[in-house]
Amino acid sequence: MQDVIENLSRTIREAASRRRPLCIRGGGTKDFYGGETRGDVLDTRACRGIVSYEPTELVITARAGTPLAEIDAALRAEGQMLAFEPPRFGEGATLGGCIATGLSGPRRVYAGAVRDFVLGVRVLDGSGNELRFGGQVMKNVAGYDVSRLMVGSLGTLGVLLEVSLKVLPLPVAEITLRREHSQTEALALMDEWSRMPLPFSASCHAGNQLCFRLSGAEAGVRAAREKMGGEEVADGTAFWEKVREQRLEFFGQPGPLWRLSVRSSMPPLDLPGTQLIEWSGALRWLKSDAGAAMVRDAAAGAGGHATLFRAEDKSAGAFHPLPAALMKLHRRLKQNFDPAGILNPGRMYPDL
Amino acid sequence: MRVVAEKLLVDLARQRQVVSALRAFLPESAVLFDEEDVKPYECDGLSAYRQVPMVVALPDTEEQVCRVLSTCNEMRVPVVARGAGTGLSGGALPLGNGVLLSLAKFMRILEVEPRSRTARVQPGVRNLAISEAASPHGYYYAPDPSSQIACTIGGNVAENSGGVHCLKYGLTVHNILKLRVATIEGEIVEVGSEALDSAGYDLLALMTGSEGMLGVVTEVTVRLLPKPVCAQVVMAAFDDTEKAGHAVASVIAAGIIPAGLEMMDQAATRAVEEFVHAGYRTDAAAILLCESDGTEEEVAEEIERVQKIMEESGAVQTQVSRDEAERLRFWAGRKAAFPAVGRISPDYYCMDGTIPRKRLGEVLRKIARMEQKYGLRCANVFHAGDGNLHPLILYDANVADELQRTEEFGAEILELCVAVGGTITGEHGVGVEKINQMCVQFRGAELEAFHGVKRAFDEHGLLNPGKAVPTLSRCAEFGRMHVHSGEEKFPDLPRF
Ligand SMILES: Cc1cc2nc3c(=O)[nH]c(=O)nc-3n(C[C@H](O)[C@H](O)[C@H](O)COP(=O)(O)OP(=O)(O)OC[C@H]3O[C@@H](n4cnc5c(N)ncnc54)[C@H](O)[C@@H]3O)c2cc1C
Repeated sequence: MQDVIENLSRTIREAASRRRPLCIRGGGTKDFYGGETRGDVLDTRACRGIVSYEPTELVITARAGTPLAEIDAALRAEGQMLAFEPPRFGEGATLGGCIATGLSGPRRVYAGAVRDFVLGVRVLDGSGNELRFGGQVMKNVAGYDVSRLMVGSLGTLGVLLEVSLKVLPLPVAEITLRREHSQTEALALMDEWSRMPLPFSASCHAGNQLCFRLSGAEAGVRAAREKMGGEEVADGTAFWEKVREQRLEFFGQPGPLWRLSVRSSMPPLDLPGTQLIEWSGALRWLKSDAGAAMVRDAAAGAGGHATLFRAEDKSAGAFHPLPAALMKLHRRLKQNFDPAGILNPGRMYPDL
Repeated sequence: MRVVAEKLLVDLARQRQVVSALRAFLPESAVLFDEEDVKPYECDGLSAYRQVPMVVALPDTEEQVCRVLSTCNEMRVPVVARGAGTGLSGGALPLGNGVLLSLAKFMRILEVEPRSRTARVQPGVRNLAISEAASPHGYYYAPDPSSQIACTIGGNVAENSGGVHCLKYGLTVHNILKLRVATIEGEIVEVGSEALDSAGYDLLALMTGSEGMLGVVTEVTVRLLPKPVCAQVVMAAFDDTEKAGHAVASVIAAGIIPAGLEMMDQAATRAVEEFVHAGYRTDAAAILLCESDGTEEEVAEEIERVQKIMEESGAVQTQVSRDEAERLRFWAGRKAAFPAVGRISPDYYCMDGTIPRKRLGEVLRKIARMEQKYGLRCANVFHAGDGNLHPLILYDANVADELQRTEEFGAEILELCVAVGGTITGEHGVGVEKINQMCVQFRGAELEAFHGVKRAFDEHGLLNPGKAVPTLSRCAEFGRMHVHSGEEKFPDLPRF
């Protein structure tokens, strides 16, 4: 593995000295996400393999180029999981891409996001230096939390080599239920439920169907099921996979796809187009041709932000613009980790 | 933990300048500099280090905080933020040539929003006050440091504090949504959002645990959780600490994430029993407290499983709390562990390493050997489920060289934690106390990266300087090499 990392490091050093942008890529399944990719491809897939996995410690450490599917299989064999249910968006999805995009799936609102499970990272910075932050233990406040800073930074601060993650046991019991509700009703209901201590683990409203998943101990799931009613969905696992991978009919409609992350208690957002709701109302997918300003204002008004998730034309910027004082901090952080500005430039914001 | 009691002679001309600059916008009563007025700020919870600040500023609006900071930035005066001063690593230790910025007047709970299950509070609000304010709505704020009646949410954010319920509900970083932060330049930035994520880098995570080195928190939005319908605790006594350590691993291995999983050794339980009469067996080598919460059904099921695991792991006795009063009594002992130890020894020194759970037994054995080596007693209290140790070294500062031996004992424990794959601090922060051990845990390249992060926020290095991240020359002077456990465990891995 030494040679692989040395190669990556050398490529970075050379690119830095010539100020040639690098496009960091694992399986390439998330090329669509964020701003346009440019530069010479830096393939991370040779940096592959599970380094250590100790079920009783609830920790797995794997190299960034390891396919998520491989990690999933290893965990499943021990009755454990990545609780944030990361989307794959294709066969070759790697751990590095999962961390760099910071995207979480259906269980997020109940179990936590990618960043909540990251314990430590090894990265190459924009000068090719190898750095390690965090570790493999649950609690660690030595030094700034650079590990979590890497999550969702889209490779603009460093090339991930290795990541340690906290894992959780698979729930003993799980059931998916369906009820018929309008969007307004569904939002009100999810809001009400999330104020009760119920073993929720996912929710999704599309069309007039509200689907939700209960997970946990047998008895708890059984009792909640009785309380909440609804008809059982036969293959729950397949259903949530479709939600996670954006293979439901909703996502197949033509036009740009927006991701609005908002205060969960917000009533329906009045925007043209159709919406699919996840995370008990905190995540709203929007298929719409509405102008970027309109969508972003609506998201900001709801306490959150909007990402132009999938679109032919991303000239409006993939991510929500930042206030000037915040952007200044972003630029200085980028400058610190990547002084030559060669790591995925423009993938997040034009000047990072 | 060298005592820093030598008094820096205050530069009186400088002091006058700073006082008058601050009084331009703060009332007279909010700018203190008389020896007797600033004395109460000379230390935090790590009282072996003391230093009176040059000036204390007590603003009560966010705008004033910004002006204190921009004034200090322009005058190049260092600033140390302070919440309740309960920190255990000297993070809020003042500087003799600096301003101590107290957030004590920021005590308002601005909003409890039952619909979105959030509370928006000022940084000087006490941790417990948040749960008290949320309680009528059926909610609480989950992270519960033992100091929760006194410590502030601003301090919790700065240290990424944890508590006995963090195993299941997470640390501060997992339970806050948004911060307003004043930069040293006097600008306000909002990091995080009312949604579950926000655009750009995760500065919310970066700010959390940054020990007042990157900015001053002026407002915190926290996530509230519904109070569990039901909670019960299993108390298990063991005749051997290694068996107790093994029981901890077995609970986790069985796929159970308890609401809390704490361990105390005999020295700790004896001290506690005398103090609060929690009902602990003092003849046991160690006791475990394992809590389950949730719906009645979930709790009943989990408690039964936990009790069985404890028995299989060799517990000599297990006891399940019969009612809420008994549950609280079991916890009262754990929560009073530090003060209880304070009663049996003139002084104690609290360590805070974290280790992989599987090394618990081994580390305990080695600590016991160190007790012999240094001729000092040590009581052990752990957030066992997280592998976070709090060895309490008992000493008497009035006995010649005991403090020094304590210091060496503590350093050896921290280095042991790093050597077994852990960290020098799980929740108390580096502060001034563990700054040398940072040289053991990190290499020059990482320390440089940390300094770069600091410069991104604080160009002139004025926010809490000299804490948390050592300079490379300091490490060279300390002369201890970086020891990374990974190097022993995976010798095949590359490094440069
Ligand atoms: C008996 C006892 C038990 C304890 N138990 C626990 C425990 O179980 N878990 C745990 O994690 N800790 C525990 N602690 C440690 C301590 O209570 C925590 O670290 C707490 O978060 C400190 O809060 P504080 O308000 O006292 O902060 P202070 O001590 O005043 O400050 C701590 C640090 O935060 C910075 N700071 C304070 N306010 C701000 C702000 N508004 N903006 C930016 N920086 C700021 C300071 O500069 C300093 O670096 C315990 C301490 C004691 C004395």
